[in-house]
Amino acid sequence: MNPKEANRVLGKDGPWLVFAALLFVMPFVPFVGENSFRMHIMILILLFAAMSQAWNIIGGYCGQVSFGHSVFFGIGAYGAGMAVVAYGVPPWPGILTGMIVAAAVAVIISWPCFKLSGHYFAIATFAIVEIFNRGFLVWDWVGGALGLDYPLVEEGLWNLMWHDSKTGYYYCALVLFLITFGLVRWLEGHRFGYYLRAVREGQETAESLGVNSTAVKLAAMALSAALAALCGAFFVQYNLRVDPPMVMSLDMSMKFVLITVLGGSGTLVGPLLGATVLIPLQEYSRALWGGLGGGVDLIVFGLLIIIIVVKQPAGIIGIIRDIGKHAARRRAAGKEEADHGAP
Amino acid sequence: MALLEVREVTKKFGELVANDRVSFTVETGTIVGLIGPNGAGKTTLFNCITGLYPADGGAIHFDGREITALKPYEIARRGAVRTFQVVRPLKEMTVFDNVLVGAFLKTGDRRAAAARAEECLSICNLTSFRDRPAGGLPIGGKKRLEMARALATRPKLLMLDEVMAGMTSTEINASVEVILRLRDSGITLMIVEHVMEGIMPIADKVVVLDGGIKIAEDAPGNIVNDERVIEAYLGPKYSQRFKARREGADLG
Ligand SMILES: Nc1ncnc2c1ncn2[C@@H]1O[C@H](COP(=O)(O)OP(=O)(O)O)[C@@H](O)[C@H]1O
Ligand SMILES: [Mg+2]
Repeated sequence: MNPKEANRVLGKDGPWLVFAALLFVMPFVPFVGENSFRMHIMILILLFAAMSQAWNIIGGYCGQVSFGHSVFFGIGAYGAGMAVVAYGVPPWPGILTGMIVAAAVAVIISWPCFKLSGHYFAIATFAIVEIFNRGFLVWDWVGGALGLDYPLVEEGLWNLMWHDSKTGYYYCALVLFLITFGLVRWLEGHRFGYYLRAVREGQETAESLGVNSTAVKLAAMALSAALAALCGAFFVQYNLRVDPPMVMSLDMSMKFVLITVLGGSGTLVGPLLGATVLIPLQEYSRALWGGLGGGVDLIVFGLLIIIIVVKQPAGIIGIIRDIGKHAARRRAAGKEEADHGAP
Repeated sequence: MALLEVREVTKKFGELVANDRVSFTVETGTIVGLIGPNGAGKTTLFNCITGLYPADGGAIHFDGREITALKPYEIARRGAVRTFQVVRPLKEMTVFDNVLVGAFLKTGDRRAAAARAEECLSICNLTSFRDRPAGGLPIGGKKRLEMARALATRPKLLMLDEVMAGMTSTEINASVEVILRLRDSGITLMIVEHVMEGIMPIADKVVVLDGGIKIAEDAPGNIVNDERVIEAYLGPKYSQRFKARREGADLG
């Protein structure tokens, strides 16, 4: 790698690598504190950033807006849940199974849906959430409407469960975050990542350059769904229970989409920015106005999204870029003035 | 040997026959011009050859194999790559990334693909636009980007659809230079130009379409004197006047 290239990579990766390192030491900082509400929020931010990044692969980079991702999230949750509750084993085999099943379901569902273009694809994915939600509600093997309640087992990584301290969950969420962000960062520099964007920007154009767009979309969907399932598995381990409305719901699907769109879809840091803004907002508004009934958080989400879409469709990342450009322009103008001022 | 053989290709849009049993060949290493008035069916023929539209009849062979029913990406992978007359930049990607997508056809290695992309940017005079979003290029730049992107795939047959339209005469001259250099490097070219002057000096052979029908296939020198071609371009009245004048000149 020549120095120029090294600079470019560092310039791009430096900030978020530093950020990731910061996250590692965060739990030791007394300000955050053990078991606090803040710790809970940090865990949710990392989980939803990871989950939205998984969505970002197909929805942001590849431009196929899916409202069906809560299904894959749910399959992962049920995979882990069934391993622990029904089979009495650690969640790991269930997590793996969940990821594979989610990828397979994603491919089977997407095959016909990808024949639809643009909005019709998005609408078709809506219907799928309903179908799975209803299906799981009446499916006795997975607990039906009652869902699955975790037994208390020995805590630790082996069972992926901790009783009193949230630190273990925190580090798991951090690993999840690093896996998804690292993977997407890696994709960005490789052929597949370029093909994803090419398909988004113009499917026929990509095909004219030898890109099998159907294969690209299906692969992106499978990868995205498998990662979603991994996130769902963590979610159930953290909540120690799962039922269909908790995971397979349009609310949940919307969250992944909104977080990514708010932060900046099709960008690496977008899901993190979105989750950092929306998750605390959700948790605090729930804590404050929870008495008003469910959905307060969604109202807040909705308002924010409307503002963003009207003000800056590129999301928070777009706002940051605008500020950067503005500053650069002012610096340039200032310099010019200084140059003119010189005799 | 013919690199491309188009045999009796027919394409209909409802009642309209956009290509009516068109046949011709493109020999390896040559430049073939495809001309004809607006609406003659040139772009449609490109679309049939590259698999964008299924042909309603006829057969297309490329590099010794039939490609008639193949998908666009399969045809591109075999080495027949085209540009679009109505430019299609991958808007939000940079100019460099656009070309990189093309370069990834022949190699999965990022560094090799990047080197190829740089080379094609430089050939097509786009280096100064390298890091700009492709959607923001002026039209001449977008036309050159179409060419650079297709070129980056290392095609055997490069199919250009009116890349010179909308270019200034300086840009046209530069494009002609580029095309000749590509031919010399072993690429076969098939070039659609609405404007005859752009293609006549460099083509080895010219195919003329009019109303979906092939009306001539000959060396450029013969094409410009072909009565049916003149008639197609200028209408019957002018054609007769042109003929009379030429006969007058012959007498004198
Ligand atoms: N997708 C299409 N649907 C219907 N008619 C079309 C389509 N594409 C082209 N045509 C018609 O086919 C004829 C040939 O068009 P085209 O191939 O674009 O001509 P050229 O490229 O020679 O100017 C025109 O009459 C055009 O209107
Ligand atoms: Mg045309």
